[in-house]
Order: sequence, then C-alpha cells, then structure tokens
Amino acid sequence: MNEYNFAYLDEQTKRMIRRAILKGLAVPGYQVPFASREMPMPYGWGTGGVQVSAATLMPEDTLKVIDQGADDTTNAVSIRKFFENTAGVETTEETEKATIIQTRHRIPEAKLREDQIIVYQVPIPEPLRFLEPRETETRKMHSLEEYGLMHVKLYEDISQHGAISTAYAYPVKVSDRYVMDPSPIPKFDNPKLEMDAIQLFGAGREQRIYAVPPHTKVVSLDFEDYPFEATKAAHPCDLCGSDDSYLDEVIMDDAGNRMFVCSDTDFCRSRRKAGHKGRLAEENAA
Amino acid sequence: MIELKDVSKSFTLHNQGSAVIPVMEGASLKVAPGECVALTGASGAGKSTLMRVIYGNYLAASGQVLVGGLDVARAEPREILALRRETLGYVSQFLRVVPRVPTLEVVAEPLLAVGCARQAALDKAADLLARLNIPERLWSLSPTTFSGGEQQRVNIARGFAHDYPAMLLDEPTASLDAQNRETVLSLIEEAKARGAAIVGIFHDIEARNRVCDCEIDVSEFTPGMVA
Amino acid sequence: MTPLLQVKGIEKHYGARIGCSDVSFDLYPGEVMGIVGESGSGKSTLLNCLAGHLEPDAGQVIFDTRADGPADTVTMSEPERRMLSRTDWAFVHQHARDGLRMSVSAGGNIGERLMAVGDRHYGTIRDRAIDWLGRVEIDETRVDDRPSVFSGGMQQRLQIARNLVTGPRLVFMDEPTGGLDVSVQARLLDLLRGLVREMGLSAVIVTHDLAVVRLLADRLMVMKDGRVVEAGLTDQVLDDPQHAYTQLLVSSVLQV
Repeated sequence: MNEYNFAYLDEQTKRMIRRAILKGLAVPGYQVPFASREMPMPYGWGTGGVQVSAATLMPEDTLKVIDQGADDTTNAVSIRKFFENTAGVETTEETEKATIIQTRHRIPEAKLREDQIIVYQVPIPEPLRFLEPRETETRKMHSLEEYGLMHVKLYEDISQHGAISTAYAYPVKVSDRYVMDPSPIPKFDNPKLEMDAIQLFGAGREQRIYAVPPHTKVVSLDFEDYPFEATKAAHPCDLCGSDDSYLDEVIMDDAGNRMFVCSDTDFCRSRRKAGHKGRLAEENAA
Repeated sequence: MIELKDVSKSFTLHNQGSAVIPVMEGASLKVAPGECVALTGASGAGKSTLMRVIYGNYLAASGQVLVGGLDVARAEPREILALRRETLGYVSQFLRVVPRVPTLEVVAEPLLAVGCARQAALDKAADLLARLNIPERLWSLSPTTFSGGEQQRVNIARGFAHDYPAMLLDEPTASLDAQNRETVLSLIEEAKARGAAIVGIFHDIEARNRVCDCEIDVSEFTPGMVA
Repeated sequence: MTPLLQVKGIEKHYGARIGCSDVSFDLYPGEVMGIVGESGSGKSTLLNCLAGHLEPDAGQVIFDTRADGPADTVTMSEPERRMLSRTDWAFVHQHARDGLRMSVSAGGNIGERLMAVGDRHYGTIRDRAIDWLGRVEIDETRVDDRPSVFSGGMQQRLQIARNLVTGPRLVFMDEPTGGLDVSVQARLLDLLRGLVREMGLSAVIVTHDLAVVRLLADRLMVMKDGRVVEAGLTDQVLDDPQHAYTQLLVSSVLQV
C-alpha cells in the first residue's frame, strides 16, 4: 500500500496515546497529558484529533471527517485524504455509516450510536485559561474542584452583554466533577454531549487528551436566573427546511441577501434526498 | 475600685547610653466607688505619668495596679482592652480621633463598643453634646476641624458616654467657660453619685475642692525626694 | 474564650538565613494585631506563614474553624486550607494588582468569592457586589468597569470589598496603605476601622507605618532580624517602648 505504518503513527506512540485515552475515559473530563508528536500538518489543523484518530482507527473502520459540520472543506478533505493514504481505511460522508468521526467545531445532527466514536479537535483544552494563565494554578483548581472562576467568566458575559454571550466552547461539568471545554462547538450542540457514542478530545499543541464515556452526565454551567440556552439562528434551513438543525449564514450578493443553511452538510443532503424542501430549495436544486 | 500598691516606674533610654531614669517609687493609693481623688504636685512631678500607669499606657516597673480586680501591670493586652472598654474611662486633654467620623458617632462609640443599641447610644450622645453646648449643626461633622474648646468638650462627652465604674480625668475643666465648667462638674458629681471611682488632675482649685474627696501629692512618690 | 488564632513557635529559614524565628501569640476574636519592623525584619515572611502562602519549617498555626474547632492549618490538607482562605480568611495585598483580577470587572472581582462558594444566582451576586462597592465608597455605576481604570485608592478599596464579601473572620493585611497618598491612606484606614468594628473582624496587619498601627491595631508586635523583640498593647508599646530597637523605631518617626 505505502511505506507508512498503519495510520501514520508507530505502534509505540499509538500505545502511549491509547493509554492516555483509557485514562481519560476512566476519569471523565480530566485532561490527560500525552507526548504529542509532530504531525505532517501545522498546529491548529487538528494535530491532536488526528493523533487520537490514528490511535483509535482499526483497518475495518469507516472514517468521516467534518469541519464546522461540512465534509467538503479544506481541513476535512485533507485529513480524510491523510488517512486514506496512511491507513487505507474506508471513508464516508454519511454519519450513519461512519464508525469514527473526527470533527472540528460541530457535533453531527444525527444521533450517534454506541458503536461510534467521535473525535474532537481541540485548540485550547483548559477552560480556566481565560482567567488564570498559570498552568500550575489551573491544575490545582481542577484537583481541588475550585471552579468559581468559571462562573466569573459567565458573570462577565451577563454584565457586559445582558446575557451569557459565550456562544461556543461553552464550559460544561462532566459527571459532577471536572469542568471541561467541549472544544469550540456551538453551544447549540452542548445538549448532545450526553450521547451514546464515545467522545474523545485531542489537543496537539497543548498535549492533552480527554474523554467523555457514553451516557455520561454533562451539564452546561449557568446561573439560576440566567439558565443555559442552546441557541441557534431563528430560521429554518433554506435548503432542506429543517427548523431544528444548526445553521450557517451565507451572504449571497453585494446587496446583503442572505440564506441560512444547515452546517451539517450530510444531514441537509439526506433530508433533501428524502424530499424536504426549504425556502430557496428550487433555485439551488440545479 | 482603683488601688495602687508600691508602684514604681522608670524609663530606660537604650539609645542614650542606657540611662535609667526613675520617675516614680512607692506609689500607693486607693479609690473607693463613689470617691474622687485628686492628684496634685508641681508640673513634672508625675501626675500624668501616674494616670498613664493606671490606664496601662505606661508599663509599671514594679508593684500592683489594681483596677476592678485586674492587675494592669501584669495583665494581658486583651484584658486591658476589655477593662478599658467596660470599666475604665479616660478623659485625656487631647482628642484623638480618626478623620471623617461625625462627632455624634465619636461620642457614641464607647457605648456601641459595649454593645449598646445604636439608637440608644446616639440618643445618649446627642444628650451629652447638647448639655455641653455643642451646636447641633456640628454633630454631623468630624471634630477634627473644631476649635480647641469644642474638641475638649467633645472629648468629655465621649468620656462620659458610657457609665464607667472607674474614671481617669486629666484636666477636665481646663479652658472651659463658666457654664461648660459647671456642666462638667455636674457630670463628675453624677458619676460619683452612681458609684464611679475617679482619679483626676485639676489645676482649677475651686473645682477640685468641689468634687474631690481627698488629694494625693504625687511628689511624695518622686524618687530621691523625701516627702 | 477560645483564641481565633494560636501561633506557636513559627520558624522559617531561607537556607542559613533566618526568615522568622520562634514567633508565638494568640489572637482573640475581634482583636487587631499590628506587626511592625523595618524591611527584612521577617514580618512579611511571618504573615505569609500564617496565611498559608509559605510553609513554616516549624511551629503551628491553629485556627478556630467553624466546623471542627481549633485545627492546625500548617498540617491540614491543602483543599481545607484553600477553602479557609476563600471563606473565613482574607488577604489584602500591598499591591492591589496582586489581589485583584485586572481583566475582570469590579462586580466580577467582588462576586468571585461568592461564586467560589457556590452562589449561582446572578442577580443576588450582582446586588451584593453593588452593596459592597457602596460600603467601600465606590460609586455603583463603576460596577462593570475594570479595576485597571481605577485609581490606586479605589483599587485597594475594591480589593478589600472582594476579600470581605464572604464575611471572613480573619484578615491578613500586608502594608495595606503602602504606596498610597496620605489623604487616600486616611480614608482607607478609616474605612478599615469601620469595617473591622462593624463586622467584628480579627486582623493581622503588617506595616512599617506606626501611624497605621496606632489607628488600627489593639496590639502590637515589634520584629527585628526575624524575632519578636517586644509585644503588648499598641499605645503602651508606642508610648512607653521597653526594647532598644522599639525606642529607636518610635523616636525615628517625624512628628507633624
């Protein structure tokens, strides 16, 4: 096939990463340090997620890669190609068919199953970093469960914007213990973090892996008088008509005409195939 | 109530060749409740020193300084603090207060410190300030900006706010006009009537004769002098 | 009455050099104790040992905890000690920047301790922050401003509010008026005095300013070369100092 070891990483490295993954699963939400390798792509392109996927992939797996919900953007295409080349695994754009889904900034709309694994690319794994720059201090805060600071951030949101304006990377508490950054997914996706599939998070530059096992309690932080809300644009999808999926806003011309479309391209496509139609479906059908 | 037994006081000046200056020796006195004792003696004889020893402001070198059963010469700081709060009042010649605190609060403070209800404390303070002819328009201001005479009267009002069982008065009538002097003397008489034991310094002989039951010449306690 | 804090034989060395040595005292509820001495006398080392920022080489710091009564804070577990330091203890730093989050609004700074102990109602937290701004004489319209735009005196008052909002019983202060203008100092001292009285706080105040201790402290400890050379009632130590060093210290103050 080619001269790479299966899925690029050598077996020792995969073992090291698998250990970190297992530890992460055993201690949900806890950031496990791991010896992140140089990958043939720049930091910020998902090196953490790629290493986790590489250590998780088996030859019989089917891989799906999405970037902001889409299968066809540069990041998703390159990573999918990378594994096609180095692992020779089957790839797919259909959420249903995938056994491993690597994602940047979204959770697919379709409900994930127990036999699936979703791997998140994480830029900054430390949710407390915003207010506390010292790693020694944040680790202590996690170990002693001192999470008041997390609410200070939400407090600042409300005092400045009248509402919790944090729209993505919205902090959650996992299994009543660790506060975790769910990676920059929109907060619309937060309720889906309680799912049947295994969730793995990889931060390459920051060298951290963490995990949420299936059926684990994941609570979005909030105030009693400003409860968490999973918000999205108040529109149905202009292509498939879905009114409960996360939407991207697309500017169509210089006059400022806009359309809203599902960010999950596979979800949108399968709905259209099933005959659902949105406001602009006809003209775009061509 | 107040009893001194063979008290001596000296100052050691460590930074001036460790010179030891004895200022008081064999000081003894006894003041019963309802009694007022005047300290007399020439300027520099040690009247104020003796008062300060009783108040715990100066550390006695030897002897016993008993106030309400507590030996001030040996007591723990917090015991002396409690004594000053509950038992032993001191009207000095100078008002020492934190800037910005209104006069009414300054006067009420000793009452608040012993747990008196706020309104009752303020009422009593207002009453005393009125008796001492401090115009009501000044009550909300800090006494730091007042004239010397006004400050003196505020100081007296503060000293008499709480009914201390023992009191030290350092020249309470100095620089007061006749009317205010009369008020202060009646305050002293009222204090005696309720059973306060008082030690005072009065240069004003008439005042001394009116309120004091006996006099003690502190030059008797001056070291090296034979009384 | 049980002392709120019992300090027994505290000792801290930096290599061969003495940080502080053989310091013992009891602090009772409502008492304010001043620690004076020149730079390098060990007063800040002592304060940091007491507040749990430094681990002493020997000695005990026994605090009368609400839940379990007297407990040695030197040997208690770190979570317990940190819990104490955000509930029953407060620490006012000389430089407000060390005690504040400069990138967080005044309200957020005050609210942090409340949120740290589990307060989860935004409206309540904000109301208490505004109430505390008033108590430290900062206009409530500044509640959403960051402390970086405050004056030095305001920053220091904000730091005090942030510390006192959980109603601590013991406050450690390290040169609380250092670096402030004299008029600003006076206001701060007055404020502190009022709060100490009103809340029945106990405090340990480290300073080299004798005027500060005269106004705030009931008791005074004088330190030199890491050791306590004299201790007693504040006015007694200042007016009738017994130790050579204290006499020098007192006589060195310029009279105004």
